[in-house]
Amino acid sequence: MDHLTRLENKSIYIIREAYYQFKDIAMLWSVGKDSTTLLWLCRKAFFGHIPFPIIHIDTSYKFPEMYQFRDERAKEWNLNLLIGRNEEKLKEGMGPGQGSKLDCCNELKTNALKMVIKKYNLKAILLGIRRDEHGIRAKERYFSPRDSQFKWDYENQPAELWDQYQSMVEEEEHFRIHPILHFTEFDIWNYVKREGLPIVPLYFCKNGKRFRSIGCLPCCSPIDSNAQTIDEIVEEIRISKTSERSGRAQDKENIYTMQKLRALGYM
Amino acid sequence: MSEETHTLPIIIVGHVDHGKSTLIGRLLYDTGCLPPDKFSEIQSSSETLGRNLEFAFVMDCFEEERSRGITIDTTQTFFKTPKRRYVIIDAPGHKEFLKNMITGSSQAEAALLIIDAFEGIRDQTRRHAYILGMLGFKQVCVLLNKIDLVGHSQDKFIQLKAEVIDFLNQLNIHPTFILPISAIHGDNVAKPSEKLPWFDGPTVLQALDTFEELKVEEKPLRLPIQDIYTINGKKIFVGRIEAGHLRKGENVYLLPEKKKVEVKNIKKFLENDVPMAHFEESVGVCLKGRHRMKRGQILTADLSSTISDKIKANIFWMDPKGYRAGESLLFRCVTQEVPCRIEKINRKFDPASMELTEEEASSIKGAEVADILIQLDKKVVVDPFNEIPEMGRFVLEKDGRPVAGGIIL
Repeated sequence: MDHLTRLENKSIYIIREAYYQFKDIAMLWSVGKDSTTLLWLCRKAFFGHIPFPIIHIDTSYKFPEMYQFRDERAKEWNLNLLIGRNEEKLKEGMGPGQGSKLDCCNELKTNALKMVIKKYNLKAILLGIRRDEHGIRAKERYFSPRDSQFKWDYENQPAELWDQYQSMVEEEEHFRIHPILHFTEFDIWNYVKREGLPIVPLYFCKNGKRFRSIGCLPCCSPIDSNAQTIDEIVEEIRISKTSERSGRAQDKENIYTMQKLRALGYM
Repeated sequence: MSEETHTLPIIIVGHVDHGKSTLIGRLLYDTGCLPPDKFSEIQSSSETLGRNLEFAFVMDCFEEERSRGITIDTTQTFFKTPKRRYVIIDAPGHKEFLKNMITGSSQAEAALLIIDAFEGIRDQTRRHAYILGMLGFKQVCVLLNKIDLVGHSQDKFIQLKAEVIDFLNQLNIHPTFILPISAIHGDNVAKPSEKLPWFDGPTVLQALDTFEELKVEEKPLRLPIQDIYTINGKKIFVGRIEAGHLRKGENVYLLPEKKKVEVKNIKKFLENDVPMAHFEESVGVCLKGRHRMKRGQILTADLSSTISDKIKANIFWMDPKGYRAGESLLFRCVTQEVPCRIEKINRKFDPASMELTEEEASSIKGAEVADILIQLDKKVVVDPFNEIPEMGRFVLEKDGRPVAGGIIL
């Protein structure tokens, strides 16, 4: 079995395990390359009929290309798409220009997600995070319990061995499930290429710049690149010396911002 | 090296402060796998804490880990040599984080055991080595770190090497190499060191490149049923092949009932006719005729598995709380989940002090290992760990939390 096939089969096993353990489950789709890969793996796991909703947390600050891509795929793949927004904070004018990045991410992403989880009474959510993205994410489990306050008790994570995942939760808890934790950025692009997956055009170069990681428009900077095809992106990543999230503002504010965001329940 | 190359997962274990995280930071730095922005983040974090450059911060990312100078949880990072890609799994050295060390080890195919050349073999060296032996690690390389603290002495190295070999052989571990290194100074890590002119063995990197990918051996089919879906009105059961392979049209057994069934179709999304599925593949299967199917049943090629409600096993207790006779547990092996209790503790001991063995015990403490008899509420299907590892290892849960891991004898 080749490397990508092995990664794929492990992810499908985890997705099916998650659905067996939790019927009140949904997948979080940021529309980026990683969660689009996860969405594709969910389609494979359930033979094209995903039996749970797909949630997009909309900060309202996403790129127009992302909204277009989201709506096209939702229609083409017949997804049960739910949109989560923190309307109250958006009305109050919360945005990247106001206050700290930590507050903005916390309100428009984490708290918007809290509202969705509460509204639909979800017990588990599937997320497309990867170990090689960030040192904090490298410490994650495949099945990660969160308490009612969304806190990640990272000093006391459950043991996880031989694909036996903890699946019991207290009344107010939920699980974060990470089926592509073991993929690297390089693996993702090779997989996108192999599977012929559609991807948001922002990843391809325009006027000598492209996005390597996408989120909200005001907080993402493009990198210098001439990569116009998936092959060229694969080659660029292969020789790259900078880290993937170097263009993401929320990681840079303070060295422990990511840990604090994640402890508060950020994805 | 193409994207198809296997990524070899390696665990780094050893006693607290013997230099696991530092070694990983050094490996990444010396092989150019540390992005410059990550490097400057570590530099500034080290300065803020008033320290010299801490290579350990590459892996120790939690604020608490850095300020306390310890590793709390297992972590994974990727790096590459010209030969192949590696996933390096760092494990915490403290006793209270043993479950995290075991979580890391369960995902590795080879191990580096690091021992401080000045301090020698300590409690967690013994515990970690014992776990490696129990999990059946065949590829182990020992690193005698901080060789600078013993004056790069060849005599000291030879003496410690003999002790280590003697100790590991008792656990049935036969190390591929025993190397003198200094992780902090980079001696014999990525390149040979002038300070060790007497040593003509490989560097850590060269030793890693001699490790081999675990070979997939031809074994009889084991396909545990994970779930059953109805797709377009048709029943499909799904599962992952834990041993052997499955062919369309083949006759196989459904256990524990020992019922003979025929494989009508193998299903994969967007693939029309799948004639065969292999080890580690997650597939859908339709059987010919009507059968009562449920999660936890196993499809097998033969009747060589053990089908029983009594299981003899070796376990390691991960939970600090320990076990007292009579407590109810959940046995989980592949997709089988059955309530159970420990009927008998034949023998137990703490691997950190191997001479203190207790026979016929009534409790097991955190970090102890034991040889036990499990009584299950119903029959399960298992194989000996050394024949089909995937069907011969299990987890015990208490109140929904994994508390112990075990292997079947």
